[in-house]
Amino acid sequence: MTRVLDVRDLRVSFPTSAGRRFHPVDGVSFTLDRGETLALVGESGCGKSLTSLALVRLVPAPGRVDAGSTIRLGDTDVLALEGEALRRIRGKRIGMIFQDPMTSLNPVFTVGDQIAEGVRAHARMSRADARERARALLQEVGIPDPAGRLDAYPHQLSGGMRQRVMIAIALAAEPEILVADEPTTALDVTVQAQILEVLDELRRRRGMAVLLITHDLGIVAGRADRVAVMYAGQIVEEAPTLELFEHPSHPYTQGLFASVPRITGPVTRLTPIGGTVPPPTAWPSGCRFRPRCPQAFEKSERPPELLPVGPAHRMRCWLAERSG
Amino acid sequence: MARWLARRTAQALLTLLVAIVLLFLLTHLLPGDPMAREGMAHSLSAAQREALDARYGLDRPMLAQLVAFLAGLLRGDLGTSFEYGRPVTTLLAERLPATLLLGGSVLLLNFTVGLWLGVRQAVRKDSAEDRWLTALSLAGYSTPSFWLGLVLAATIGVRWHLLPPAGMRDPLVSGGLLAQTADLLRHLVLPVLTLSLVSIAGAMRYQRTAMLETLHLPFILTARAKGLSERQVTWRHAWRNALFPVLTLFGLWLPILVTGSVFVESVFAWPGLGSLAAAAVGSRDYPLLIGASVLVAAIVIAASLLSDIAYACLDPRVRLS
Amino acid sequence: MAAGFRAARRTPGGRAGLAFLFFLVLLALFGPLLLPDPFHQFDLLEASNTAPGPDHPFGTDQLSRDVLSRVVSGARISLAVAALAVALSVTLGAGIGLVAGYWGGPVDATLMRLVDGALAIPRLFLLLLVLSVPERVPLFALILLIGATGWFTTGRVVRAETLRLREETFVRAAEALGASRRRIIFRHLLVNTAGPLLVAATLGVGDVILLEAGLSYLGLGVQPPTPSWGGMIMDARPVLEAAPWVGIFPGLAITLTVLATNLVGDALREALDPRGA
Repeated sequence: MTRVLDVRDLRVSFPTSAGRRFHPVDGVSFTLDRGETLALVGESGCGKSLTSLALVRLVPAPGRVDAGSTIRLGDTDVLALEGEALRRIRGKRIGMIFQDPMTSLNPVFTVGDQIAEGVRAHARMSRADARERARALLQEVGIPDPAGRLDAYPHQLSGGMRQRVMIAIALAAEPEILVADEPTTALDVTVQAQILEVLDELRRRRGMAVLLITHDLGIVAGRADRVAVMYAGQIVEEAPTLELFEHPSHPYTQGLFASVPRITGPVTRLTPIGGTVPPPTAWPSGCRFRPRCPQAFEKSERPPELLPVGPAHRMRCWLAERSG
Repeated sequence: MARWLARRTAQALLTLLVAIVLLFLLTHLLPGDPMAREGMAHSLSAAQREALDARYGLDRPMLAQLVAFLAGLLRGDLGTSFEYGRPVTTLLAERLPATLLLGGSVLLLNFTVGLWLGVRQAVRKDSAEDRWLTALSLAGYSTPSFWLGLVLAATIGVRWHLLPPAGMRDPLVSGGLLAQTADLLRHLVLPVLTLSLVSIAGAMRYQRTAMLETLHLPFILTARAKGLSERQVTWRHAWRNALFPVLTLFGLWLPILVTGSVFVESVFAWPGLGSLAAAAVGSRDYPLLIGASVLVAAIVIAASLLSDIAYACLDPRVRLS
Repeated sequence: MAAGFRAARRTPGGRAGLAFLFFLVLLALFGPLLLPDPFHQFDLLEASNTAPGPDHPFGTDQLSRDVLSRVVSGARISLAVAALAVALSVTLGAGIGLVAGYWGGPVDATLMRLVDGALAIPRLFLLLLVLSVPERVPLFALILLIGATGWFTTGRVVRAETLRLREETFVRAAEALGASRRRIIFRHLLVNTAGPLLVAATLGVGDVILLEAGLSYLGLGVQPPTPSWGGMIMDARPVLEAAPWVGIFPGLAITLTVLATNLVGDALREALDPRGA
């Protein structure tokens, strides 16, 4: 399998008014192979969105990617790129889809215009050709009457259609990797499944790698090949999807599963995870989940590393040393 | 859209009517004798006074005068000037083009340079350039236009002989259209510069604020993620959206220009409405003053209406609803 | 008020503006005690149109009057006129806005139509008209008229806020508990509009100074022999070439004062009324 993305020790920091810096993303590492889907799961505030923005160096000022981080796109070192070269990866090698399609689309340009713009940003093409490409893309993402829709404005389309347009824009320059940041959160439940289906179909057809960012475990099942769970700026568990669902090992992951209702099995009480998510300005010392963890013990005071607990399955917890 | 247009136009006309009635009432309700201007109020016999009153319609009850005034307006008749003895409408029509030229040039300058600087300020927020531009434009706004005009006229015009300090044309310049136009333009520079310097702050500030707000919107992130250059993001995506609030404020803005033109035209002897109004003050020429005020109110209301229409045409969300 | 001062001090511009205004007020209050009489004409032959020097820091004008004293006297007038006129405008605006918003219905509609119409006529033109009809306009009348033409925007703001408050559920809830509806609205109104009103007042002072100067320049504002900055500039016209200082200093005085009020107003706006900016 070709490795398309290799992220190691990614740290993103922001300054505080006191002059120090805090790290909402604190040492995240993962890889992406061609044609696979990796789901990055976590609650809001865990740093998953910032991680995706860091991949294309669009972390909002005054934040920055700290030295010591590595982001490699195939052979390219993303962090060493500047100016024009940097611009060329955005869209062309990594395409991005954001959460709310209504506000993520420019209200004064037609949908066709915005897609064609993405095409022409990375390829010399006449307006007519770009428009044709846009039409083809609209068709590919499953919008009925694509030629007619080219001159529609975002406010004239439904939420689901707008998100399909966002996907079309993200695909316009044929990227190898698609990053989808909460692509379905702002949509109706019925539409959510359709969008995920579109994403899947496109991935298979084009052989793209997909980084799916979400807080919703339900989306992950059946859609992602591997899952990485994030908490407090770090990855706390990673495994192939089936493995994770059958053997959730990190107490946080277990807590997540316990708080989600299941269709099969006995009806049990939902148990939320006690306590609240710590703010990035005040990560707890030692294991960051310790204050909320029902299984915390003395060793939890030391920050744990990623330790193996199963086939291709690791977690950031000292409890891993106990199981075989 | 058509319904909105009709409603908005009706509203504009109503506002104009209110403004006109207000102007009429103001002049007729204030203590003071309009005829005193003639200076002869004391020396007139009763009969002469009556004749004069009748001539100007001052012997009829207020309401009748108002109705007569409005009726006259509809006919395009704004009365006769005390000072010049000619129809006010004619006088206004004669002087309007010069003011339109001056005002139009200032608007052009403010809306090009001003907006461009405003965008620059927003993109370079809190930089030295941003702070300096704010300070300078604020200083310009705080300067009395008549004083600035005098200073510029006295230095650039008189002392250094670089540009003509007064008038619209040089009667001694002969020659074809090109020479005439060049002469006109030379005379235009100082008044336009003066009026522009004191009013450009408005355009810069509004544009800066609008840009700053737009640059934080999510679709800007989408544009960057597409791989567009910063220039495309700033001008094509951000500015197109940041233009709207500035356009609507255009109507709010015009009164400042009109006010400034009264002083600037006086200082530079520019033969427009502003200097006409200033002169009418000195000679207590009420028909002319009222007429000029009515015209100015009409221009302001029309400009506000036009900018609303322009907004509606440019914003697809409004246009297509 | 106190919060306002603190807010204004936050930006460097605000601090500079505040300092200048403070200095100017002191000068206006106590300057005339230390400076020569602004009406006094020194030796007409020897001392007219002299350039700035140790005797006369701002020089003398064509009638041998000390320009510095005149500028300081002018400060008294300009600041007094502006402060009083703005106080009137804000009071009128708050009062009428409150009435319009509270009563609503036809009263509100009529008032707002009137405001729309009045706003269409540039303030200067309104004043040109009303000031040129009477034979003479005493100073207090001038202040009254300037104040009476400046309440429209404030009125709209207060009206909008009153309307908003009228519909708030907490007002109805408090009413149900027996509190007087009028008192609730009034109290909350005061708290919510104090900031924007202070900003409007500060910026309004600058506007009035410019307006009054312009009117005086045209001969309609403060009448001679009372010194005023605008009037001084008008008088300086014949000697612009020979004695530029006669016209330059009053103009600078206006510019710096208005700049100061604008800087303070801006600083206040950032702190107290961000959405109005």
